[in-house]
Amino acid sequence: MRLRFFREVPNFDFFRLQWATLGFSGALVVLSLVAWALIGLNFGIDFRGGTTIRTQSESAVDVGTYRQAMTPLELGDVTITEVFDPTFAENQHVAMIRIQAQDGQESVTQDTIDRIETALRAVDDTISFPLVESVGPKVSGELIWTAVLAVGASLAAILFYIWLRFEWQFSVGAVAALAHDVIVTIGIFSVLQIRFDLATIAALLTIIGYSINDTVVIFDRLRENLIKFKTTPLRDLMNLTANETLSRTLMTSGTTLLALIAMLILGGDVIRGFIFAITWGVVVGTYSSIYVAKNIVLMLGVKRDWSKPDNNQGNQFANVDA
Amino acid sequence: MLQIDLWKRVVIWGLCALGLLLALPNAFYTRVETSNDAVAAMETGASGAGLEEQAALWPSFLPSGLVNLGLDLRGGAHLLAEVQVEDVYEARLQGMWPEVRDLLREERDDIGTIRLQKSKGPMLRVRLNQKPEMAERAAELVRGLARPVVSLTGAGASDIEVAVDGADIVITLSEAERLATDERTVKQSLEIIRRRIDEVGTREPTIQRQGSDRILIQVPGVGSASELKDIIGTTAQLTFQPVVTRTNNADMPPGAGNELLPSLNDEGVYYVLEQVPVVTGEELVDAQPSFDQNGGPAVSFRFNTSGARKFGDYTAENIGNPFAIVLDDEVISAPVIQAHIGGGSGIITGSFSVEESTNLAVLLRAGALPAGLNFLEERTIGPELGADSIEAGKIACIVAFAGVLVFMMLSYGLFGVFANIALLVNVGLIFGALSMIGGTLTLPGIAGIVLTIGMAVDANVLVFERIREELRTAKGPARAIELGYDRALSAIIDANITTFIISVILFTLGSGPVRGFAITLGLGILTSVFTAIFVTRLLIVMWFERRRPKTIEV
Repeated sequence: MRLRFFREVPNFDFFRLQWATLGFSGALVVLSLVAWALIGLNFGIDFRGGTTIRTQSESAVDVGTYRQAMTPLELGDVTITEVFDPTFAENQHVAMIRIQAQDGQESVTQDTIDRIETALRAVDDTISFPLVESVGPKVSGELIWTAVLAVGASLAAILFYIWLRFEWQFSVGAVAALAHDVIVTIGIFSVLQIRFDLATIAALLTIIGYSINDTVVIFDRLRENLIKFKTTPLRDLMNLTANETLSRTLMTSGTTLLALIAMLILGGDVIRGFIFAITWGVVVGTYSSIYVAKNIVLMLGVKRDWSKPDNNQGNQFANVDA
Repeated sequence: MLQIDLWKRVVIWGLCALGLLLALPNAFYTRVETSNDAVAAMETGASGAGLEEQAALWPSFLPSGLVNLGLDLRGGAHLLAEVQVEDVYEARLQGMWPEVRDLLREERDDIGTIRLQKSKGPMLRVRLNQKPEMAERAAELVRGLARPVVSLTGAGASDIEVAVDGADIVITLSEAERLATDERTVKQSLEIIRRRIDEVGTREPTIQRQGSDRILIQVPGVGSASELKDIIGTTAQLTFQPVVTRTNNADMPPGAGNELLPSLNDEGVYYVLEQVPVVTGEELVDAQPSFDQNGGPAVSFRFNTSGARKFGDYTAENIGNPFAIVLDDEVISAPVIQAHIGGGSGIITGSFSVEESTNLAVLLRAGALPAGLNFLEERTIGPELGADSIEAGKIACIVAFAGVLVFMMLSYGLFGVFANIALLVNVGLIFGALSMIGGTLTLPGIAGIVLTIGMAVDANVLVFERIREELRTAKGPARAIELGYDRALSAIIDANITTFIISVILFTLGSGPVRGFAITLGLGILTSVFTAIFVTRLLIVMWFERRRPKTIEV
């Protein structure tokens, strides 16, 4: 017995709620932007400078005691959070301590770190420091720009590539879907206050890559159907395309999610934020391929007569499958 | 139809076999690593039965390239240092002072007496005491000292700029000279850092230049970033300078051409020294830890010929006067010259510990950093954290893998099994490619592999779904398979090219772990397209040729 999502090509009307879904996506984007503006992102030290110290101890973490031990050091803003993870051993208690960038220093001096470590050892003698990271404000400023540049460059490159391979309407639809995915992911990071650092940017770019993958597969099928059924209304064609590719979309998202969820649960807390972003992005990206990218193409309309290659256009490769 | 040429089959199997062979050493990581280390040790001249035994752990006819483990997996220290290139300007200008002084003194009849003024920033400010109106003439003379800049971009420019400011002439470095100096400084720093880290002998350090004036240093296996900083962070600028006087006053004005430096060991003691050194550490040829007459740790050193001559001349002329041994702007000791020291060797004593004297010898041997380093970023990753991450990554990989395999088999039956074989080959190929290019596996890199496992099936899913559709309309299973592959190709290509673009952008802009992720993602896309299009197709065709089924179920 095979595991199948659908026996035959399903026949859902994806665009019955065209305006509702587009409105929902729009609302999500707006909400995300509002959350971003009001709550703000919980930037890691990569982007705002400072030091993080990961502590590991055999006795339970008491945030209050840690804080008290560090107060006399006058380090300014200190955040201490305990970390819980199913992969930890029973007597493994982990906390993350974050210290703001110190005035007049780039990375925090060894002196400061030594003082912190001594102070903490005084209250907990089994404590060890498996991770100490320090980023100066100079570098963190640059890292923000690199990150913005990376996301921008990716969107631009994709806009260009899709335009080259398809039509500009597809390009706009695809990039709108990608922007939607990125913004909504930033939104959830603001709301849940998950640490946002360089790895998160990598995750965002991966989401872009995954989501475009999904969108392109649907577009490719749409292009094929546009040639096959020259007179069918665009809306029906889109529905047909979405239904035809639905099985594949669910299969691929399913396997990817399967792998990601395994990593999310078992991969340890160090990369949990990173994996969470990608997992979230796969869900959002799958949704946006249908409900954002295609909705926009539907609104913009596309060239219908693909029988005569338009020589003036010059932006169309020979079809690989022709 | 459904034919694949023999040569294509050979190439496909050959590539798979090559990839898997290259990936093989990674399955026996510690064993191969021990063997590689032993071979490397034997190449540098070491020998011993133990080493040969270790080297024999891995047969030499097999490939021995391993995937490098990133710092986040192996533990170690990461430093991003900025070379303070401006440091060099001042030293460079000060080095010119004796030349300028001698030149202008010769012309004393024309321009009168001169005096070096205190100045802020890298410049020489020389005042004409008696005949300020001759400043232009003096500037003209000094301009004669300018030399052309030796660099690619600064061709034709001269190294100094001389301006007149009232009764002063101001000498600064030209823009072209500064750029050329920066370039030299950073290159020199890079080389010296490399030498120092090699002296300590750690495995596979990464020492790279980043941007115009930064150096990235990653050393696996070092306990903490501070240990690493102790080795590379010290400038180790050793000089021998004439002593003008000794004082307890920290605010004493040293006078032009002199400087006030603290003593390393005696708190509250300061020395006024002439700024221009007699000899510098650059002229050392050797430095070794040793002991002084009283059995205290010390460092013995030897000068090269020119250094030995300068040192000999100076000691001959100044018997009875003190001179100072200065390390990084602190006076280690200021002994009185007892006799002419002609042999060019000597000993530095001070209150060292044995460890300090050993370290100092290493630093002196490797040479001084031309400029100070400012640390912008430092990360220490404990080895236990890396081991935990590898463990977690392994388990996640296995679970993800098992899940995907079962899912594919349940969905596509026999074809799913073909896809699964291709998937296994795919992961092998990723590791093979990583070993071949000497790529680094990081924690996000493992995530990249897990993601690739999920996405690698996509191409197969596309093909299989397409075959299912074609089966409904096409004539016969062979035709359906062929059409399935042909028609799914454009979607596969487009989808993977876009993802590949992303991984290239990630690689270009990212650093460290992110770059590791980009590498595995990019390689994963290449290998997964290869396995999905060629390997599964070949498997299906071979099966089809053997069985010739009338109907197929996908």
